[in-house]
Amino acid sequence: MAVITYRQALHDTLREEMLADEDVFLIGEEIGVFEGSYKITAGLLDEFGEKRVRDTPIAEEGFIGAAVGAAMQGLRPVAELMTINFSLIALDQIVNHAAKIYGMFGGQCSVPMVMRTPGGGGQQLGATHSQNIELYYAFVPGLKVVAPSTPADAKALLRASIADNDPVLFLENLALYNTKGEVPDTAEPAEIGKAAVTRPGSDITIIGYSRMATVAHQVAEKLQEEEGISAEVVDLRSLRPLDRETLVESVRRTNCAVIAEDDWLTYGIGAEIAASISDGAFDSLDAPVRRVAAAEVPLPYAKPLERAALPSAESLTTAVHETLDAVGRRR
Amino acid sequence: MAETATRNKPASGGTKSRRNGTRTSGKRVQHDAQNVFSDESPETLRDYFRQMTLIRRFEERAAQGYTQAKIGGYCHLNLGEEATVVGLMSALRRNDYLFTNYREHGYAIAKGIEPGRVMAELYGRTTGTSKGWGGSMHMFDVESGLLGGYGIVGGQVPLATGAALAIDYRGGDQVVMCQMGDGTTNIGAFHESLNIAALWNLPVVFVVVNNYLGMGTTVDKSSAESELYKRAVGYRMHGERVDGNDVVAVNEAACRLVEHARETGEPAMLETVSHRLKGHSVVDPGKYRSQESVEAARAADPVVAFRAQLIDSGVLDEDGAAEIERQAQADADAAVAFADDSPHPDVSTLFDYTYATPVANDSRRLPADPVF
Ligand SMILES: Cc1ncc(C[n+]2csc(CCOP(=O)(O)OP(=O)(O)O)c2C)c(N)n1
Repeated sequence: MAVITYRQALHDTLREEMLADEDVFLIGEEIGVFEGSYKITAGLLDEFGEKRVRDTPIAEEGFIGAAVGAAMQGLRPVAELMTINFSLIALDQIVNHAAKIYGMFGGQCSVPMVMRTPGGGGQQLGATHSQNIELYYAFVPGLKVVAPSTPADAKALLRASIADNDPVLFLENLALYNTKGEVPDTAEPAEIGKAAVTRPGSDITIIGYSRMATVAHQVAEKLQEEEGISAEVVDLRSLRPLDRETLVESVRRTNCAVIAEDDWLTYGIGAEIAASISDGAFDSLDAPVRRVAAAEVPLPYAKPLERAALPSAESLTTAVHETLDAVGRRR
Repeated sequence: MAETATRNKPASGGTKSRRNGTRTSGKRVQHDAQNVFSDESPETLRDYFRQMTLIRRFEERAAQGYTQAKIGGYCHLNLGEEATVVGLMSALRRNDYLFTNYREHGYAIAKGIEPGRVMAELYGRTTGTSKGWGGSMHMFDVESGLLGGYGIVGGQVPLATGAALAIDYRGGDQVVMCQMGDGTTNIGAFHESLNIAALWNLPVVFVVVNNYLGMGTTVDKSSAESELYKRAVGYRMHGERVDGNDVVAVNEAACRLVEHARETGEPAMLETVSHRLKGHSVVDPGKYRSQESVEAARAADPVVAFRAQLIDSGVLDEDGAAEIERQAQADADAAVAFADDSPHPDVSTLFDYTYATPVANDSRRLPADPVF
């Protein structure tokens, strides 16, 4: 078992999948000569050549659509969208085409492709480069949306996504690329659509995904160490399909929950989770479900403003404290 | 073709081979019989006429089915474009791929799909080309190479480019044809895709069916350069324009471009110029059209014109033409009967086509079902 970064896990997995299957190829802006904006594809052009590591013009709709068309022929393109912000240019091809082709043609043609893309703020990139808009995709039947938070999950979910016969939006987060973790040498593909209880606990459930799942984990460890509070952490891992069972079961055990999300609150992913808890565990709830989400503003550039707008370990801890106080479980 | 289409030189436009498709031409095109028919056998010409007539009769029956509420949604017909449809499709092998827009019934039939299956899709039946999931705008049949009709203007263009990429990737010798209307040439996807296809040498022929109209907007009001084939120059691609009312001319041009793409992998663009005989869709009375343009379209009706030419030149006699017409009507009627007799899809299949690879926790709830 090696300890590697999230970035390395993604890189290694792409390389291994390309070695294993001639049909797997990479397509995207600056992924070849430039080795990727975030260097996930470093060295792959040299190893696999231009046919399999394809630098594209700045034409998100054109190249994502071309990947969809190639996938319709049974190739397995892994497209890199430089950041999720630019995926909006390709929205038609993703939502109206990739997601619809299997159903619209009565199951005659599937679209086995992966769209890897980082999202998230915190890098002082301003409003158009700091969004968490995975919800737009998680809303759409026909797409699958996965969001690994650890290097091990990055590998297991990327393997599953490449093997999958449907279009998968594979959400990365700029803040996670340098995080480290143990990755089994022979990581099995994960099961898409399954959440994970990454830390068992009995006092409260914290539900998160991507960066906020890791923040939830840190907060839970600290609460245990400093206050003896036992928080359970559920990492969604897959936003569509959504594993409601796992999170509802957890809330049935702990009787209260805080949701931690990097996206905006109103209509956000946390809203769906809160509704799911209401649907499945209403009788078990001892307190209202709290949501810790980003401030609902175009994310500002100035550091103090940006910091204030994004959820953090501190804001999550506050919400957990207040919820525990409400149920009289704070020691 | 070879000298006009090399990728490293700007396309010189194929002036030599371009035919009389000027955009203001409304009068019936006069053909020099010798010239037009020189390369085509009488059987081929009769077969073109047979297919054009079948599409005409099929579309008349589709319009009827729509007014009887047997067909729902939108229904865009190929009436007036039969020469283009048949000329283009006759240039493709069965395993060549076709991507079209939503105006696709004729293409589906001419690409080799049983008319009954096309009508059954319009009727929303399981025997339809997309098992009733697609409707008029979304037909698909891998065996005959129709990789889809698409309802979003321009949506098919990147997909076609990608299919050509897959052919190139695997070293196959198929060609992709991507059909679209004149209005489509202004959407970003068109430009992004032509650029990518030219950069990567992909075997795709982009066909712009210029019927002057995108819904009610005329081509000169929507395209700054309304001679659309010239847009190919911007991508160093060979582009040419042909009279879309002339099935033989369309076929010759399409064959040349398709075979060139097959041999060299180079993309090209073909503009066909003809008229839409009716409204944008069955429900559109087309009130925005001038009397002259309606008359010009009627005068140029390719099915009527081709029939007359075949009779004038002795390829067909009156009885032969009448027999082809009788058979086309019978085939269209049989398509309707087949559709009428076919079952609607069972509601139990509602969740069968969301995902190709089953996943954990896929939602299978009906509107009134509780979440838990
Ligand atoms: C992206 C998009 N915008 C608008 C429409 C509505 N619409 C459907 S057909 C059409 C006109 C297209 O004209 P053209 O490309 O010339 O094709 P034609 O109908 O003449 O075959 C429009 C605007 C659409 N389907 N998709």
